Amino acid sequence: MVNIDSEEIKKDFPIFESRKDGQRLVYLDSAATSQKPRAVINAISDYYSNYNANIHRGVYQIAERATEAYENSKKEMAKFLGAESYEELVYVRNTTEAINLVALSWGEKNISEGDHILISEMEHHSNLVPWILLAKRKKAVLDYIKVGEDYRLDQESLENGLEKNPKLVAITHASNVLGTINDVKSITKKAHDKGAVVLVDGAQSAPHMPVNLSDIGCDFYALSGHKMLGPTGIGALYGKREILEAMPPVIGGGDMIETVEFYSCTWNRIPWKFEAGTSNIEGGIGMTPAIQYLQKLGMENIFKHEVELTKYALDALAEIKNVETYGPDMKKNDHGGVISFSVNGVHPHDIASIFDNYNVAIRAGHHCAMPLVTQILRQSAVARMSFYIYNNKDDIDKAVEAINEVKRIFKK
Amino acid sequence: MSLDLYAEDLVANYEHPHNRKNMSDCDSSSHEYNTTCGDDITVYIKVKDGKISDISFDGSGCAISVGTASKLTDAIKGKSVSEIESLGFDFIVDLIGIDPGPARAKCATISLKALKHAVFIYEHKKPDSETERL
Repeated sequence: MVNIDSEEIKKDFPIFESRKDGQRLVYLDSAATSQKPRAVINAISDYYSNYNANIHRGVYQIAERATEAYENSKKEMAKFLGAESYEELVYVRNTTEAINLVALSWGEKNISEGDHILISEMEHHSNLVPWILLAKRKKAVLDYIKVGEDYRLDQESLENGLEKNPKLVAITHASNVLGTINDVKSITKKAHDKGAVVLVDGAQSAPHMPVNLSDIGCDFYALSGHKMLGPTGIGALYGKREILEAMPPVIGGGDMIETVEFYSCTWNRIPWKFEAGTSNIEGGIGMTPAIQYLQKLGMENIFKHEVELTKYALDALAEIKNVETYGPDMKKNDHGGVISFSVNGVHPHDIASIFDNYNVAIRAGHHCAMPLVTQILRQSAVARMSFYIYNNKDDIDKAVEAINEVKRIFKK
Repeated sequence: MSLDLYAEDLVANYEHPHNRKNMSDCDSSSHEYNTTCGDDITVYIKVKDGKISDISFDGSGCAISVGTASKLTDAIKGKSVSEIESLGFDFIVDLIGIDPGPARAKCATISLKALKHAVFIYEHKKPDSETERL
């Protein structure tokens, strides 16, 4: 195992070179978006400076080079995720768009009145709102797997949900609020036994832990590039070949067709069938160095590093009076690098503002998981720190210092 | 962001807000919600001879929104409705002694926005664009 040397890693990220009032940025908001290494920034700049051309069209050299670089990034991502072929990866803008694509294409075709869709109470809005919309359109029934008092999925509730023979089970791999990692392999197996199609929201897992889609066995998996060192505006939907092939396209236009006549057309092969119009070429190209950077460190090492930081932070927070944390204990190796917390009597936005004064970036709010935060945690908002490869214990010490300032100001 | 935003006076107004009560016999009221922080503030007014004779607020939110609402309701008693119509962001900056910055501006102005809406409702007028931008 390679130890993650965060000080060395920080040197690869230009954002950590700048200082505000002499203080380096302490970035504890990677669950929202990650920082970008120089290699990613350079790859994008290199594309625009040296071989900018549209893909899948030109026969000249730079167009060929651009096409190859774009497609190569899918091959890298397919390997990274343990997908059988890059043809099973559709590039989209982000996780939200990936899940909406499934709802609008697969969902429209396969969900009918009275069908059950099973999701959980810990879903991000991206894996919740598309299903509310689909259920409304189709008069389908949306069921929820409960979150237990230990902040894990309630197993009995999962079994009860599966008893209704849902057509679709859509579940997050890792919660962006609780840090809980769900056993999606076992859920997939159980759901498949009931004949359900399974979608896994991988926005918080692909950047932080080993993911092997062949092993998990899910039918769909969605991710965002910008949370895993890549640029914004690029994400991926993985779908099993036979499912993607049977799905109708949602957006029509250039590149997604095979032949077009005045009143009819035939579709291009997967994945291009779902990628109408000029793609986010720089985004795709930027994903290659992002994935290579993660692979060089090793996803197992990254996960261990984040778990270690989470333990360290939870221990430190447990020592501070009037601070509450929301997430599973660290006993089962199912808590990733996310800690939601509150200081009693202090609004999380005030906590985040005071942290900002220490140049510590954290997030405060409902984290796009309003039902979970307001109805399960019963908070109007929570503060959240999330960790990544460039964080170390010094960053957490700085956060603890900021919490003590919060307590001083509010006399808690 | 400067910690000056969290002046002792503002934090004290958050911890022990003045004029925080529901007013069932008010002449007008208005509710505002700030989606970023989840601040939820309602302002109630009573008007006599064109002036604010009583004012209160209710709701919850961050220290900036609640502390400012408390200070605002103290400052506004006795002011004429026409005077309130012309109040803007600068009034809030004077009230709390600092520009809250773009990230927290909505928190600082939510109670003023609710107050101005209550006044416009009382006068059967449409809120002006400056109020809507607060």
